[in-house]
Amino acid sequence: MIQRMLTSALVAGCAAWLLAVVLHFAFVQKYILLGEEYETGAAVHYAGVAPATDAVAEEAHSHDDAAAEAGHSHDGAEAAHDHGDGEEVSTFTRNLWTTVFFGLVYVAYALILVAGFGLARVYGKVVTAREGLLWGIAGFAAFQMVPAMGLAPELPGTLAADLGARQLWWWGTVAATVAALGLLGYGRSLVTAGLAIVLLALPHVIGAPELDGFSGVAPPEVAGAFSARVLGVGLAVWALMGWVAGLVWARDTGTLA
Amino acid sequence: MNMTTTTSTRASEKTTALLSVLGMLMLGMVILFAAGHAQSATLHDAAHDVRHATGFPCH
Repeated sequence: MIQRMLTSALVAGCAAWLLAVVLHFAFVQKYILLGEEYETGAAVHYAGVAPATDAVAEEAHSHDDAAAEAGHSHDGAEAAHDHGDGEEVSTFTRNLWTTVFFGLVYVAYALILVAGFGLARVYGKVVTAREGLLWGIAGFAAFQMVPAMGLAPELPGTLAADLGARQLWWWGTVAATVAALGLLGYGRSLVTAGLAIVLLALPHVIGAPELDGFSGVAPPEVAGAFSARVLGVGLAVWALMGWVAGLVWARDTGTLA
Repeated sequence: MNMTTTTSTRASEKTTALLSVLGMLMLGMVILFAAGHAQSATLHDAAHDVRHATGFPCH
């Protein structure tokens, strides 16, 4: 069964990889770059438009056009995202790494998804392409949408709570949601359904780690569009991945070996 | 006797299959952790855009 799982995961992971890269560069990347412009100060949201004193307010009003322009200027400052070592990375290199890592992430997702197919197979259930589509959508819910309800996809420059605590909440939420969706999909009693609901709710009752205040520097429109597009792309890619994985998987010959 | 053998063969097939499932799961999770969550500076910088674009807690 190992070989069948690997084949299914690699084919589906690579199909997802291709779609993820295309959709990412079509819909998401420009918002990452825009977020970084606000993060680095190359662009400033509301500069000169949200004055602190009356005197400044007057000036802002009398220079309305200029102020608005300054507020959304994209020129003049370094737009590169810097994480400490200060080395400038070319756009080509940066996008090459993004492409490579999309491959790793989606092959990893596909391995986990197909491990689920394998588990179902051990208990006599062969996942088909159509069911694979549902599994893919459920995977999207568990790995992206539900965690996003506590930790929305962050535009670069967003301040957030302690990283370790957020990662722990992320893994816990994914595990609880996967278990819950499995119980909802394949459980046969009210007890399993009840347990599923408890597991779905638990991470949100505990609550994702968060800061006391908000400190985002980018306009809310940018952050909102970014989050929505990340989730939309995720849904499309997971759906394709589940369908392809099921298509390959359903060629199962019927034995466990 | 035959029935016992068949049953134990099936049980061992099942165990092997479950171990393969566990192996796939672990492999996927290790890759996911390395690509999405590990905090080495090099990994982080290379994976940066993907981490933001898949909703992982990034930094």
